[in-house]
Amino acid sequence: MTTLTPVLTVNWDQPDSFTLDGYGDYAAARKALTMDPDAVIQAVKDSGLRGRGGAGFPTGMKWGFIPQGDGKPHYLVVNADESEPGTCKDIPLMMANPHSLVEGVIITSYAIRASHAFIYVRGEVLHVIRRLRAAVAEAYERGLLGKDIFGSGFDLELVVHSGAGAYICGEETALLDSLEGYRGQPRLKPPFPAVAGLYASPTVVNNVESVASVPSIITNGAEWFASMGTEKSKGFGIFSLSGHVTRPGQYEAPLGITLRELLDMAGGIRAGHRLKFWTPGGSSTPIFTDEHLDVPLDFESVGAKGSMLGTRALQIFDETTCVVRAVLRWTEFYAHESCGKCTPCREGTYWLKQVLKRLEKGQGSEEDLTTITDIADNILGRSFCALGDGATSPIHSSVKLFRDEYLKHFEIGGCPFDHAPSTVWGTA
Amino acid sequence: MSHEEDAVVGATYPPEVRERLERDAKEIIGRYPKPRSALLPLLHLVQSEDGYVSDAGHEFCAEMLGLSKAEVVGVSTFYTMYKRRPMGEYHVGVCINTLCAVMGGDQIWDELSEHTGVGHDETTPDGKVSLERLECNAACDFAPVMMVNWEFFDNQTPDSAKQLVDDLRDGKNVAPTRGPKKLCTFKEASRVLAGLSDDLAGEGPSAAGASLEGLKVAKANGWKAPEAP
Repeated sequence: MTTLTPVLTVNWDQPDSFTLDGYGDYAAARKALTMDPDAVIQAVKDSGLRGRGGAGFPTGMKWGFIPQGDGKPHYLVVNADESEPGTCKDIPLMMANPHSLVEGVIITSYAIRASHAFIYVRGEVLHVIRRLRAAVAEAYERGLLGKDIFGSGFDLELVVHSGAGAYICGEETALLDSLEGYRGQPRLKPPFPAVAGLYASPTVVNNVESVASVPSIITNGAEWFASMGTEKSKGFGIFSLSGHVTRPGQYEAPLGITLRELLDMAGGIRAGHRLKFWTPGGSSTPIFTDEHLDVPLDFESVGAKGSMLGTRALQIFDETTCVVRAVLRWTEFYAHESCGKCTPCREGTYWLKQVLKRLEKGQGSEEDLTTITDIADNILGRSFCALGDGATSPIHSSVKLFRDEYLKHFEIGGCPFDHAPSTVWGTA
Repeated sequence: MSHEEDAVVGATYPPEVRERLERDAKEIIGRYPKPRSALLPLLHLVQSEDGYVSDAGHEFCAEMLGLSKAEVVGVSTFYTMYKRRPMGEYHVGVCINTLCAVMGGDQIWDELSEHTGVGHDETTPDGKVSLERLECNAACDFAPVMMVNWEFFDNQTPDSAKQLVDDLRDGKNVAPTRGPKKLCTFKEASRVLAGLSDDLAGEGPSAAGASLEGLKVAKANGWKAPEAP
């Protein structure tokens, strides 16, 4: 049986966890700054840490792509624009434990030889922004940021930057454009940010949880980190359970834990109901059903079953939920958030929304299922960035798994579900 | 003068307002290696003055950063947090993304919109409350979620939502579930977003409710991460 492994969440129940005194003395950063920067990169490579923002790219390898001795300034940009539907781990992490992130920023910046770092946090989380800014201010006051940190000669400026409401800015190059003061629209890659990122300089863009995990690797060692998780998906991660479960919340566990195990810990599906469908990693990851309860939640196993681990955002829906309604609402989200730069995504999400609306009202036809599948086929792999691809995940997976439910809508000329029992107060 | 009219006239701030904003703006711009990076913060700053991004606000940002007004408007209209007309003193969001909608957000929105008589991005006649249909606000384990001036109001019901808005309109003190003891106004919130501190970070819990469920289970079972070698 897999058990929970609280590392980043371990101090969240302490009233002063967000203060420097409550957090600790930055021993990991102190240690890292005595190491050769390349040794820090090597330690993170050895740990097997992979990006916690969804894509799962090896973090140490990303750092290693930064050209050294190039005479250009280097930048670290932390992607704290957590907005993927279902994803709700970085926000409570930064609220309760912002210093783990700040310490991770110091170590990461040192490793990649950056003297300026940014935390790009979504704007809609005021108290999280206050906590981050206060943590950064405390770190400056104690000489943990600024000039000559720990007398090592290493200088670092860290700026907390608030976004302004655009899901697309979670895409790393859109985030960089936004941070430069433009509309947040993705850039063509290559060049990748490691070569031409912020202000066209070498830049690492890392997710909050990835960076916050680094201090524990430096303190406890790469082997310690790699002792958790599976062969290719090492370490721990925060699994966010939401929806129709008895005790939704943040469960920090080794990668490879299963939904069945997590549901056991969370008190199961809410009383009197059963699992219908769920997302393993946010709305952009194809949905699973109760057939997938025992799939190890690591990058490889989830991928092998046709979905993606993503951000471990486990949105759980029971049998009261209409899958067509769920997919329509996600599709409306993608249409709303499409930045408009490329045609397949801008037009495709718009038309998907129109057809799904019709289907949900029971005014569609079987041909509409072919139409939405066709549209999705023309978005997937043909869009500028992953937003478009993500928009097709709920479409393809729901039509495959719940075709009969779509058909039922136009057979009876409306939605076969009463939505009231799905609500929190509709359980009685 | 209405905001539609001032867009035509090309309004600017009175000198004392401008002087104050300019001080803040210069401090913010100084944090960035390149000035234009301060554009989003400056748009939050002018929103903290007017409750929306006014024509004078656009003009101010353009002047501070050496941009054309068209460049600034091109950016401000891309982001949903920048409002094009005055929002309420309390800007109330209801998450209607799939999970919150299913858990009751749709019903909350319907009842709240009917109760207040205003729709998406509209403001009550007393100027107290505006409503917005929100996309996912990263608090799914607290569904259904509402935000007021971007503070968390977790685990809402239609009744709690209506009570909340009534209290706000009556000027009663209202506290977020995870945030400071007292709500600040939309303009005050915008100032924090611009990058200026209000010294409230220490208020409120480290974490609460659903955020702690996993840790509770771990503690109850004595589960820990492995010891360091």
